Amino acid sequence: MSDQIKITIDGESIEVPKGTTILQAARMIGKNYPPAMCYYTPLKNTGGKCRVCLVKVAQASEANPRPMPKLVASCLTQAEHGMVVENESSPEVLEARNGVVEFLLINHPLDCPVCDQAGECDLQNLSFEHGRSETRYEEGRREFDKIDIGPFIQLHMTRCILCYRCVYLADQLTEKRVHGVINRGDVSEISTYIQNAIENDFSGNIIDVCPVGALTDKTYRFKQRVWFSKPFDAHRDCPKCTGKSVLWMKGQDIIRITSRKDKFGEVIDFICNECRFDHKEPHHWVIEGPRDMGEESVISANKYELPVVSPAVNVDAKFVSE
Amino acid sequence: MGRKILLEHIDVPGIQTLDVYRKMGGYNAVTKAIKNMSADEIVEEVKKSGLRGRGGAGFPTGMKWSFLDKKSDKPRYLVCNADESEPGTFKDRYLMEKLPHILIEGMICSSYALGANTSYIYVRGEMMYVIKILEKAIQEAYQAGFLGKNILGSDYSLDLYVQPGGGAYICGEETALLESLEGKRGNPRNKPPFPALWGLYGCPTVVNNVETIADVPWIINNGGEAYAGIGIGKSTGTKLISACGNINKPGVYEIELGISVEEFLNSDEYCGGIANGRKLKAVVAGGSSVPILPADLILTTANGEKRLMTYESLGDGGFVSGTMLGSGGFIVYDDQQCIVRNLWNFTRFYHHESCGQCSPCREGTGWMEKVLHRIENGHGKLSDIDLLVDVAKKIEGKTICPLGEAAAWPVASAIRHFRADFEEHVRNPDSCVKKHLHREMAHAH
Amino acid sequence: MFSESRLNQINEIVKRYPEGRHKSALLPVLHLAQEDHGWLSIDTMNEVAGVLNLEPIEVYEVASFYTMFHLKPVGKYVLEVCRTGPCCTVGAEELVQYIEDKLHIQVGETTADGLFTLKTVECLAACGTGPVLQIGPEYKYRENLTPQKIDELIDELRAKG
Repeated sequence: MSDQIKITIDGESIEVPKGTTILQAARMIGKNYPPAMCYYTPLKNTGGKCRVCLVKVAQASEANPRPMPKLVASCLTQAEHGMVVENESSPEVLEARNGVVEFLLINHPLDCPVCDQAGECDLQNLSFEHGRSETRYEEGRREFDKIDIGPFIQLHMTRCILCYRCVYLADQLTEKRVHGVINRGDVSEISTYIQNAIENDFSGNIIDVCPVGALTDKTYRFKQRVWFSKPFDAHRDCPKCTGKSVLWMKGQDIIRITSRKDKFGEVIDFICNECRFDHKEPHHWVIEGPRDMGEESVISANKYELPVVSPAVNVDAKFVSE
Repeated sequence: MGRKILLEHIDVPGIQTLDVYRKMGGYNAVTKAIKNMSADEIVEEVKKSGLRGRGGAGFPTGMKWSFLDKKSDKPRYLVCNADESEPGTFKDRYLMEKLPHILIEGMICSSYALGANTSYIYVRGEMMYVIKILEKAIQEAYQAGFLGKNILGSDYSLDLYVQPGGGAYICGEETALLESLEGKRGNPRNKPPFPALWGLYGCPTVVNNVETIADVPWIINNGGEAYAGIGIGKSTGTKLISACGNINKPGVYEIELGISVEEFLNSDEYCGGIANGRKLKAVVAGGSSVPILPADLILTTANGEKRLMTYESLGDGGFVSGTMLGSGGFIVYDDQQCIVRNLWNFTRFYHHESCGQCSPCREGTGWMEKVLHRIENGHGKLSDIDLLVDVAKKIEGKTICPLGEAAAWPVASAIRHFRADFEEHVRNPDSCVKKHLHREMAHAH
Repeated sequence: MFSESRLNQINEIVKRYPEGRHKSALLPVLHLAQEDHGWLSIDTMNEVAGVLNLEPIEVYEVASFYTMFHLKPVGKYVLEVCRTGPCCTVGAEELVQYIEDKLHIQVGETTADGLFTLKTVECLAACGTGPVLQIGPEYKYRENLTPQKIDELIDELRAKG
């Protein structure tokens, strides 16, 4: 049997290598792929938990043309030859996804106006697409105290959706994991249990992999709404990491440094804490140019002024850019 | 009197000891299996017997065994699921306490059939005294040469250990149990891969319930066909039923599958009828997770047929008018019991026991509990009833493990069959709220 | 600190599992630690981590998942009463109130003399003999409970001290 298999998602077919998951195949097709709040390609063992990527398998494979009895997590389910998948074309999938988004939001504080993640928050995007205009949840919401875990990172557990990405990251990228998930059920929390700082060369990456505003950069706290800052690709020679970063600028000031993410929001190269926190002077960096955030990102709006040919004839364009 | 496969010798004095157990024919199956049968022959007999998993899912045991990856060069494991925690179910505790050797004999025969050289019995931690009973029995079995190296002079060796849980219903789910046995939080795994390919320590593993394994020695001694000769259709053999609630004779009963629900409920051999001369209101027939049925539907199917104690008959009507045999936890409610309060209690249970790993279960179980708590305390709205049905629907089928269904089915079925009770709670809370309970029972943990 | 005989016991437990799978010993060892100390303090959990060569967070994660482990100090006798449906059909809720009134504590609290902690727990697999409670740290079951049996039990435990 060939190593390439054919899978059809929402009517579009693609050939993918054996072992590819439905989600990855959908990403290869490139449009209307399922969202993912916990799965994260660069981190092993992630996925399966948030359930927003559930899809319907209408035909399991060419050899077994029966549908799968339940919706499946597309991030973990491998494509089979002849598999037919329904994602956005299935009302059942959309209803389930809306349901999961509602579950993720019932205990979320909805404090986007004061959350540093706003504008680059996967949950915000998801609720925009799949959320209700008003909540059906009338009960008390879960709350936790904010905790400083070391000098650079703040844990705002109330916003957490328990994707476990930061835990896997600490396991896979750093020497000794000091934080994890404690307690269980809906009082589970990301915690160090005892007063403890997450301090190691790569700990700052937990901020980048967090899909919501639960782990934020304390050095950037309340400095700027992200869409008012300008991202630039930049690099520096770093003995610890590739040094390939994104500088978030306000005027001539670097207000934040992050790793670079691909169009699926996944980190391309994890960067070290020295690059992230200790080099906030532009002359430390070789600036490559503006970072393309993709058309859909709110960060792309109101960002780089259009080339002004002549103010007189380009009034409309200037309006658009403001 | 129905035929007894498991409990025949339960009242023999000293049956907990290996000596007395052997005098009653105990461990003959180990001798027969190891000296006269190949592993595959045993698997074949178990297949022929039609034995189905007694933990609740009812999956054919022989088929489960045949899925075990025998091509792998990794060690294979048999793990006994003795994490009995499904509300209404107490048969495994009873069996292990009274007849520890029947489980150990079953473990040896089954391990031999599966080619496992190390096996574990995962017992829920709360049953610490049962763990001590099992450990003593295992020690006796080692001394008698039924465990350890070269059992009965053969080249087959087996080590058997008891592992305590720590208090978590979810560890009754087989992959959560394996995680727990590996010393981790009891978070169920995403499947596939199933344990038959990727189980304990990433090795091929079979996880079976206590009662399932305890049935194996009889099948080896008497043959799969003899076992299949008991019962009706695909519900073969006997089943331990834990009967509780408002009945005259709560307890563990071994029934031949196929007796009628009515006989089980009313005969003096079993439940002995509803206690205190009251009337039957409802039954949860297979542990708290299965749909509740009102009195008429538990005794007869929607087609008017007599409901039998079999997987098929209890399932007749699907979720519209049927239920499931499940773990055999038979909970009986008389006409004084409040369906709403009972449902709130069960949703609190699932909320408390959700591992918290996947969002629909983590968030949805708590939501259902809070809404039901409001209704039960006189602060409900009529729209809450449909909200509950919708939340249950959005959990069901969306979760990593079956706890989602276990939490959703009781809600969906209670409202389906007793909607008027919920509406009455909303309309006339004063007459429904359990007033003499002036305080709510606080959350554990 | 674990005694020498405890350490030997732990070594024996670790041998039940394949090489490199010593983490499997975590639940049994936490039970032993709780038996020694009555509850699991941070120091105790750190000691367990040290003995089993685990990171402390791995122990906190596990200990806080399972309801049997007390992460706060408890009384000498922990009365854990089943509060799940079947037991409530035969009076568990009323019984909890009886114990609360008798000991002048609420669920989750410990008596001033440090003798009793009252907890409610989920199903103990004794639904046919409810109401039921178990008494930590030995986890003995007391079944078919009535107010009178509670009186006797409390007297018995008070006499033991």
